[in-house]
Amino acid sequence: MAKITFPVEATHIMMFARAIGDTNPVYHDAEAAKKTEAGGIIAPPSFAQAVAQFDPDYHLRPRPGQKWFGSGKTPSGVEGKPASSGGLHAEQHYEYVRPLRAGDVLTCETTPGKTWERESKRAGKLTFRERVTEYRDQKGELVMIARGVGVTTERPVDQG
Amino acid sequence: MALKASALKIGDNHSECVVENLSRTQIVQYAGVSGDYNPLHSDEVYTTQIAGYPSVFAHGMLTMGLTSKMLTNYVGDGRLTKFGVRFTNQVWPGDTLQSTATVEAIREEGGQHYVDLKLTTVNQDGKEVVSGSATARVDA
Repeated sequence: MAKITFPVEATHIMMFARAIGDTNPVYHDAEAAKKTEAGGIIAPPSFAQAVAQFDPDYHLRPRPGQKWFGSGKTPSGVEGKPASSGGLHAEQHYEYVRPLRAGDVLTCETTPGKTWERESKRAGKLTFRERVTEYRDQKGELVMIARGVGVTTERPVDQG
Repeated sequence: MALKASALKIGDNHSECVVENLSRTQIVQYAGVSGDYNPLHSDEVYTTQIAGYPSVFAHGMLTMGLTSKMLTNYVGDGRLTKFGVRFTNQVWPGDTLQSTATVEAIREEGGQHYVDLKLTTVNQDGKEVVSGSATARVDA
């Protein structure tokens, strides 16, 4: 998989913190953040998920001129889509060398990990796929490793 | 305000309500900032008529973010060395979530003190939506 360049920007961190309802000044107030142990604006622990914004081929973002599977005139813009939930997120793990900081320019490289299957009463056959992403900073030093597990279900997850 | 190893005991815990009556708008906020525009999270028509769910639901990563707020309020900023979760049940608009970290171990490695935490986030019915673990650097 191609390497992605991920500029970590203060405004993006501020918006991310708002979305998770975190009012900690270390995520939005540069002056206050300077006086903390962090020494400046840092990103919340799961901020790296927003690297999707910098993936040119990210499949869960509508693109001009391409059909989108969400609703428009019809419930889905893509015909023949099976009535299944598609992929869901099963697990997410981070190992941190240091927090991500506003001003970092990270290089992210993802490699596929293990694949496994399991039967579930609530959703039929489950197929799990692991992806491991290394985040390196502008000096080439490892900052963080993310391991995500996605799951494809045979049918929508039963809510009973 | 960092935790101190000398003041921690196994079984100590910290708990916070991390969202009350989760709104569809907050889910949209998360979609916008994270870049994950999967219609399952914002498009009620697609999600009910095509995907077969009762309504849109939150990104797992929004629930991880909400859980992280409790965690960083407890251990301090920039102190985590590990943070991992499993998404055990979906989170729906209207849900109220309570996140809890419980001390499992306090240890020292190469002169640095760490705390290992067990994490859980439950909804208003007591159903677990996230289970996980974290490790943070703490002061002596």
